[in-house]
Amino acid sequence: MSTRAPTLFGPTNVPALSSRSCRSACVFLSSLHTVTLIPGDGIGPELAKHVCELFRFCCVPVDFEVVDVDSSMASEDDIDDAIMAIRRNGVALKGNIETNHNLPPSYKSRNNLLRTTLDLYANVMHCQSLPGVRTRHRKIDIMIVRENTEGEYSSLEHENVPGVVECLKIITKTKSLRIADYAFQTARAKGRRLVTAVHKANIMKLGDGLFLECCKEVASGYPEISFESMIVDNTTMQLVSRPQQFDVMVMPNLYGNVVSNVCAGLVGGPGLVPGANYGENYAVFETGTRNTGKSIANSNTANPTAMLLASCLLLDHLKLHDYASMIRRAVLSTLTETKLHTADLGGQGSTSEVLQRVMNAVQSTGPRTLSM
Amino acid sequence: MNHDVDCMYLMKVYFGGRTVPSGSPPRAVSSLTLLHRPWLVEDGRDGVEVSQVVGALKKESLQPRTFTRGIHTVTLIPGDGIGPEISTAVMKIFEVAKAPIQWEERNVTAIQGPGGKWMIPPDAKESMDRNKIGLKGPLKTPIAAGHPSMNLLLRKTFDLYANVRPCASIEGYQTPYTDVNLVTIRENTEGEYSGIEHVIVDGVVQSIKLITEQASQRIAEYAFEYAKNNQRASVTAVHKANIMRMSDGLFLRTCREAAEKHKDVKFNEMYLDTVCLNMVQDPSQFDVLVMPNLYGDILSDLCAGLIGGLGVTPSGNIGANGVAIFESVHGTAPDIAGKDMANPTALLLSAVMMLRHMGLHGHAQKIETACFDVIRDKKALTKDLGGNSKCSEFTDAICQRVRELV
Repeated sequence: MSTRAPTLFGPTNVPALSSRSCRSACVFLSSLHTVTLIPGDGIGPELAKHVCELFRFCCVPVDFEVVDVDSSMASEDDIDDAIMAIRRNGVALKGNIETNHNLPPSYKSRNNLLRTTLDLYANVMHCQSLPGVRTRHRKIDIMIVRENTEGEYSSLEHENVPGVVECLKIITKTKSLRIADYAFQTARAKGRRLVTAVHKANIMKLGDGLFLECCKEVASGYPEISFESMIVDNTTMQLVSRPQQFDVMVMPNLYGNVVSNVCAGLVGGPGLVPGANYGENYAVFETGTRNTGKSIANSNTANPTAMLLASCLLLDHLKLHDYASMIRRAVLSTLTETKLHTADLGGQGSTSEVLQRVMNAVQSTGPRTLSM
Repeated sequence: MNHDVDCMYLMKVYFGGRTVPSGSPPRAVSSLTLLHRPWLVEDGRDGVEVSQVVGALKKESLQPRTFTRGIHTVTLIPGDGIGPEISTAVMKIFEVAKAPIQWEERNVTAIQGPGGKWMIPPDAKESMDRNKIGLKGPLKTPIAAGHPSMNLLLRKTFDLYANVRPCASIEGYQTPYTDVNLVTIRENTEGEYSGIEHVIVDGVVQSIKLITEQASQRIAEYAFEYAKNNQRASVTAVHKANIMRMSDGLFLRTCREAAEKHKDVKFNEMYLDTVCLNMVQDPSQFDVLVMPNLYGDILSDLCAGLIGGLGVTPSGNIGANGVAIFESVHGTAPDIAGKDMANPTALLLSAVMMLRHMGLHGHAQKIETACFDVIRDKKALTKDLGGNSKCSEFTDAICQRVRELV
């Protein structure tokens, strides 16, 4: 397949979504960024479309290069193309690609392949209580930094004896130091006071023990930030009783999966929290809990908040802070309108209504928007 | 005491037992129940509420039970820290409730047998093998003592393969979650806790998660039997087979096979992250959850957190050969040991679970009601429950309530 370098004005290689609909009208040559867009499965494509619409409406200088990944195909060509596009553009916005877990082990999770190939070692999720969303706990503000490439997700399994399967969990010093450093640097940059390492070192003494040691080593280099550790089962118990005690949390892959889903549930559900995956050279943004939402696909009931906030993180990463703040403010103000809440928040609003309200909010803030 | 009255008095079970509608076929009743009360099958029909034992015992080899004129002997392991005082509290309440239980106290400090292998004292093992039922307080795991944790030793000695934790919201002890009524069944012998780890090269560690067909079959079978015996409507297998295709895939396959054999119980499967996400938003959608070791550890503690913490959560461990050990899962709390401040609720509710397992539903219901009534009254709560009373005062309040309920 041809891999023309993207031109700044003309359309790039676009199989599905027409790039014409995503091209901004009023941009200057030097500030147009090309971003890979992977719609994914389930609610992914419709949410991706909404992001495009909103960006066009706001005249955001971003050109999306859409790469579809067919999860039903056995060959890995699609995901390889997506990875190549991300290498080219450096940054991507992605929906979740479905993994049929009934397929044999030779079929690897496409999402995992993407993360490990691009070495997106840090998954960051910021869970905070949002105004307008009623939850059992208030004033939650937790930043979760999860190791994204090793641990239990190493996909190394074998069956030496029939009926006995071994699955390897790999913990390395390099990656543990790297993620711990990332967590502390983020804490320092955002003025956070406490980093909690989540582990199960009382049982997995060598593996999680190594992770914990690395965290302690890194902690000693950040004396202004307090460091503590907590065992994962106690952590989940504390999260459901007193989540306000946590600030920044760092942990290996699987515990990160559990903790991030618990925290997302605490602040209002999968429709609200964006997620970011950072590597040395690349960044990929998606919804925090990585759901395909198959059961609500194409019903205009999905909550676009998480994806829209993820696109704001993307804009921040591209240093387009003004656009990011503008959209973020509009999305959060829309959340306060209870009658527009989608089904996941207990309401009956539709995705398109939410999007329309966001656009209205953006329009009322300034002259930059393109009238439709 | 009138054993007949106890048996005839069938009550709604703590774990959410439901009424058997008239005309429905008699429920499967454990062989232990049949041994004592062969008339129970009749009583299971025609609108009488059926409460059930925890888990069906395997019907093959039922060891002759020790009982003298209806008294059941149970091995009691008080444990460390606050263990002895909460065990005393439980024994006192049982005495007042006139429960037909005779306690055989044993200590389980690890000793080194011939060949240097660590084991529990032989008298403890002999007592458990004879009585089959045990109640255990918290045990401390000394760091760098050279021997594995006591809980691990017990697990290995008696092959305690299933950890059962019913979590139901306690009326009177408010948490943000008021509609919890689920049971977590965790495979307790393998999985991520196999303890097999290697340093491949300096700075690279590999931990092995072991999933075997045999253990998965055993736990899946148990989960469905538990669901049937306790009138639970559905069993959910929790897994991460999208990532751990072979290992969790094997677990999932065996659960599906067990589901085929128990078509009257609904079965579904859910990813671990989806369960976590949904659990903290709406726990009422879950019923019985079955899962491998690590997920079970995390989820059972998560669910305990939903209802108020380890201080109020009962737990039972089912082993091979009909052994069952019920325990409180909180720590030894050395900072309050000996100060009459401990909360015996967890051990008491585990003892209630034990009574139900043994078929002593009348006594179980009495003691449990008394405990919940005292918590609801809020007049004599221990510090962790938000009160100022001593452990002895809390225990006395429950004893008083038990006397009123007789």
